[in-house]
Order: sequence, then structure tokens, then C-alpha cells
Amino acid sequence: MKILIKRGRLIDPSQNLDIVGDLLIEEGRIVGWERNIEISEKVELIWAEGLWILPGLVDIHVHLRDPGEEWKEDITSGTLAALYGGVLRVACMPNTKPPNDTPEVTNYIIKKAQEKGWVKVLPIACITKNQEGKELTEFGRLKRSGAVALSDDGRWVQNSELMKRALHYAKNFDLPVISHCEDHSLTEGGQVNQGKMSAKLGLKEIPAMAEVIGVIRDLLLAKDTNYPVHLAHISSKEVLPFLRWAKEEGIPFTAETCPHYFTLTEKEVENYNTLAKVNPPLRGEEDVYAIKQALKEGIIEVISSDHAPHSELEKKVEFEWASFGMLGLQTLFPLSLNLVREEILSPLKLAEYLILNPSKILKIEPPSFKSNVLAEVILVSPYEKYILTEDLIKSKSKNTPFLNQELQGRVKKVILKDKIYDL
Amino acid sequence: MKNLLDVESLSKEEIEDLLLLAENLKEILSRPIPKVPTLRGKLIALLFYEPSTRTRFSFERAAKILSADTLTFTAKGTSIEKGESLLDTVKNLEALGTNLFVIRHPLCGVPHFLAKYINLPIINAGDGTHAHPTQALLDLMTVKEKLGTLSDLKVAIIGDIKHSRVAHSDILAFQKMGSVVYVSGPGFLLPEPKEEEYFRLKPHSFKVCYNLKTALENADIVIALRIQKERHGKALLPSFQEYHEFFGLKPQHLGWIKEGALLMHPGPINWGVELDPELEKYPFQVILDQVENGVAMRMAILLRLLSGD
Ligand SMILES: [Zn+2]
Ligand SMILES: [Zn+2]
Repeated sequence: MKILIKRGRLIDPSQNLDIVGDLLIEEGRIVGWERNIEISEKVELIWAEGLWILPGLVDIHVHLRDPGEEWKEDITSGTLAALYGGVLRVACMPNTKPPNDTPEVTNYIIKKAQEKGWVKVLPIACITKNQEGKELTEFGRLKRSGAVALSDDGRWVQNSELMKRALHYAKNFDLPVISHCEDHSLTEGGQVNQGKMSAKLGLKEIPAMAEVIGVIRDLLLAKDTNYPVHLAHISSKEVLPFLRWAKEEGIPFTAETCPHYFTLTEKEVENYNTLAKVNPPLRGEEDVYAIKQALKEGIIEVISSDHAPHSELEKKVEFEWASFGMLGLQTLFPLSLNLVREEILSPLKLAEYLILNPSKILKIEPPSFKSNVLAEVILVSPYEKYILTEDLIKSKSKNTPFLNQELQGRVKKVILKDKIYDL
Repeated sequence: MKNLLDVESLSKEEIEDLLLLAENLKEILSRPIPKVPTLRGKLIALLFYEPSTRTRFSFERAAKILSADTLTFTAKGTSIEKGESLLDTVKNLEALGTNLFVIRHPLCGVPHFLAKYINLPIINAGDGTHAHPTQALLDLMTVKEKLGTLSDLKVAIIGDIKHSRVAHSDILAFQKMGSVVYVSGPGFLLPEPKEEEYFRLKPHSFKVCYNLKTALENADIVIALRIQKERHGKALLPSFQEYHEFFGLKPQHLGWIKEGALLMHPGPINWGVELDPELEKYPFQVILDQVENGVAMRMAILLRLLSGD
């Protein structure tokens, strides 16, 4: 079967491509693109005027909750949400129950994703056994089972010697290391950003300094071991001068942020709104502004969702007992698109942050429009406005502060190998 | 006024109205039979998920003087240990015909949480380290009664400001009425620089002092606070002896404060830690007046929320 997408805006960061043209797909593989493709034989024709055509998004930071917390999300529901969000490759964090610290769990995830998943799942394994920060996991065996990266996400590896050992050992297997930077001694019991909200709500604070200390230590270890760290979900402006310094020093690192950190402020948690309780916490207006500038500069070069489903059991409770996290897969693209509307990023740059850079960090071939690669294509209406109702959310959980809010930018169609999904 | 959740959401007018009402109601307390039928037939549920004697007794007394019925839950022996959700408990009590909830809880924001799902008036009787609005209101009442005014006063609050819901509510309440508030205590128990701004309602009306004398000098009111040891999670202070030596209020400090300045404490007091036992004899300590006014103020609040007049 041949599919011809005509007159769409083709954006492929892997070849610096941003033109209006046509894209031809045959038997689930990209044939190529041209400004104009004329074809006489029978094709499935898709008119894409006014739409953006992109390779599928790659989300480097997702919590699928499977195994162990399937009432919140599972591989099937999570990957369906991904599909609707235009995310065709999902790197899933290992803080499941049990955590992904053995080849058995990695195998389970890969197998279930193959059988019951809608999009490709790339498991991230733990750095330390049970994420306890005491002993390293078996990096070699985990890699052989299909783990694409290492992270103790949710926890920071507090012990510097252990983290240094992890970076050295990760080199043997060429495994990327992703760090959730947080000095836990400063955040124990913490609930919200330190500042106006911690004062107003009386809640224990999560100071930006906890993130800064985490980042600085990890940058120093990256320098010392000469092996890159990927810094997850950067949220505070105080971190940025150190990232600039590290770039100048030539320290190997990459940094990521999430849409909520450049869209929302701590004001969202006012009146103890548990839907806005995330870690790192939502911060101030100045932080939102600074994170956008860092994206513009390229100091932060990846946008991930940190999709973190929680059911009402974890969210419709007393604030201090509520779990941290919000959904992200279906809001990743529309919220990131605001950066284009605000002229912070060009469409091509945005695609780089959502597709190319996360692929590079994970050391996988990026989805692209190059000939003969598997078709992973999304068609997006960048202008369409709609309300994010519960019905539209494909996750099992509905925990997002964007629930019933207006979003702009919608994934209309996905072509994944030989299948076409009309969304 | 639909609920009483915190001082921040009260306007100056609402505070003045409650003060006036409480002053009028106080007369009932001195009657030979202190009981009026105003709230007869109303059911008040007192949910105390944290140990408390004086606040709970004060609410019970206030409710009974107004002839309301009460159901009292205390943390031990209630469903909190059985794992029943708070929301379920409260909805059950609503179905039993409760007209108003008074809640004390060790977690911040629990009264606000209930207010989102329950359509009955809720009074916050202290939530975690967040707020204790009824205490702030009775403190205002006591000061107004003794000094005749609530404006242009200097209030010094000494002790564990960071973990004290009384401090958080008093800081806002006294400023709202036109006074200035100075706080002092061990540095790590004071609002941090990033949090200070929230507590300052007007330029210069709130000050964090690392030097005790700066806070006490010329104060019209001194409020001593208990160290909220149970909220620290671990030992934060090197020792209580040192605390008493450097931050406890002692007779020698009386020379710094204004003549006739009031000495207050929300209780329970640890004599010999935050207050020197000698100060019990200080003629302007009004700690028991606070307790009495607490009943009058809580009567006023119950009346406003249940009858509107
Ligand atoms: Zn994390
Ligand atoms: Zn995460």
C-alpha cells in the first residue's frame, strides 16, 4: 500500500527540513519527500494543507506504572495516550513495582509493549538496586535485555562515589545516565516550592537549591568521568547559570525540561490543588521566564512530558498525602507549541527538542523522513483549539491541571508503519 | 462568611464584626446560668485528629452555651486508624444531620480540602503548620479588650515561628488591623528570606529579627510560643537549656518592652523553656484572659456561620 501526504508542512529536524511538500510512504516505510510528488498508480491520498507533518515524537521521560500500579496506568493505556499525543516512542522510567532493576522486569515491559502496546516502548532501568542508592544494578545484563538508559528517577543517587562509579560503568555499555537532581536532605517532607506558596499554605518547602546542588554535583561528576549525564526536568532559574558554565567548560551533559515548568507557576497549587502537586514543584513566574530563555539559548535542549498518572485514590486526598505528578503525554505537543507561538523556538527547533535530541541522548536512530526508515509520521493541526475533556484523555488517570482547559494544537492523524490512525 | 479556614481570607470588616459580636456575647459567660437557646437543634461535629484539650474544650463550651448539640471525635478510637478516608467520615456525619464541622488536623490544608467537597460550614481549629484562625481572633479580642485598640501597636512574637500555625495566623491578623509584627527566635525556626515577603502585608509592617532585643524593644504585646518539637521530625535545637537562655522570656526582658505591655501565650506553656516561671506574676500577663475570650470568640464564630445574625 502506498500513502501520499500532499501539501503538508514537512518538518524533519534530522535533515534540517522545513518545507511545504509531499511525503510518500510505501509498505510502512518512508520512500521520500519532494516539493511535489506526482503518482499515477493507486495511492491512499492524504491532503494535508494547513497541517504540520513531523516524525513521531520521542518522549524521554514517562511513567507507565506497569508493572505494579495498573490502576493508574498500564502499558496499553499509556501507549494509547502517547499515540494520541503524537509520541511514537516512549522511554519509561523504572520506578514501577517492582522497579525495573532486573532483566526480568525489562523483558516483561518489552514483551507486553510488543503484544499490547500502541507505540514503541523503550525501558529505562534503575541505576541502583531497588532505587535505594546502595548497590549498582547489572548494567550489562539490563542492556542486553533491552534497557536503553539508566535512571533512579524519583530519587537522586545521593552517594557521590556510587554515582561516579555508575558513570564509569555506564561507559562500558554505552548506556545513557539520566539524573533526577534533588538533594533529599533539603526536601524531606517537602510539598511545594519554597517561597510565597510554602509560606501561604504552611506546607514544607522544596527549595530550588535542592535542584541546584544536585545539578552541580552531577556536572562535576560528568566532568571528572568524562561521561555525559542527562539532567531530567529542570525547573528553577537558579540552575541555569551553572548549565551555562558547564557548556563553557565543555562538560558533557544535556538538560531537559517539561511543559509545566514553562507554562504554569506555583500559583496553581493555591487552595491546596493536588492536581498541580509535582516534583520538582511548580515555581515562580521568573522561573517560567528563565526556563523559556534557556530553551531559546539551547542550554536546555530536550522537552519531555514526565507523564505521571495518579488516580483519585492518590489525588483526591489531603494535600500532604497526595502523590506528586501530572499527566503529560497528551499535553506535551500543544503546550510546547506555545513556544513557537511566543517566538521562543522555530518549528524546526521545537521538533529538534521533541524528536532529534531525545533520540541522540538515548542513542537510537531518530524517527525521520529519510528514505527507507520505518514510517513514524504524525499530522498535526497547529491551530486547532479544543477543550481537554476527560473523554479526550486516554490515560486511565485524569490528573492534570489542564483538565477542561483550552489547548491549541492537536494531533489529527498518525501513520505508524502500515497503519493509519485517525484521531 | 461561609467558612472560617484561615486569616488570609478574612477581611478587616469581617474581623471587626466578629470582635464586636464576641465582646457582646462575653457577657453571657458571667451570667449565673450561662446558656442561651440560640443554636438549639443545631448539630456541631468536632473532629480532632490531633491531641488538643484547650481548643476542643473551648469549642465544646461555646457550642453548649449556645445550646447546640455536639459530636466529638478525637484521634484515638476513630476511623482514622481504620483507614477510612476522612472524606467518607465527614460525608457520613453530614448524612447524620451535622450542621457545621470544626476540624483540627495534623496536615496543612485539610479544612480547605473538606470545603471543596462538603457544602456545610467548616471551622479550622488548627491545620498542621498552616493556620489557627480562631486563636488569632481571640488574641485580637484580648488585646483590644486590654489596650483599647488594635492599630499602631508593635507585636513581638518569639519562638518557633516556622512551625507555629498560631504565629502564621497572628502575623497576618495583627497586620490586617493596622499593627506591625516583629518575630524572633532561632534562625532556622524563622521564615526564610524567600518566604518573608508573603508575611509582609505592607512595607515595614513585618520584620524578621535575629536579635531578640530588636523584636522586644518597645513592644506593646509579646507573644511567646512553644517549641513545636512534635513537628520537627528530629532534634533541631542543640538543647532546651540553651533555648531558654537565649530565647526564653525572662524578667530581665521586661525593661525592653513598653510599660504595661501584654504578655500572651497560646498554650500549652512549657515553663522554664519559653517563659521563665517568674513571669507568671507579671501583672500584664493575660494568658487566662485569652482562654476566657476564646469561648466568647468561638460563640461568635458559630453564630455567624450557623445563623448569620
Ligand atoms: Zn524525576
Ligand atoms: Zn519522572
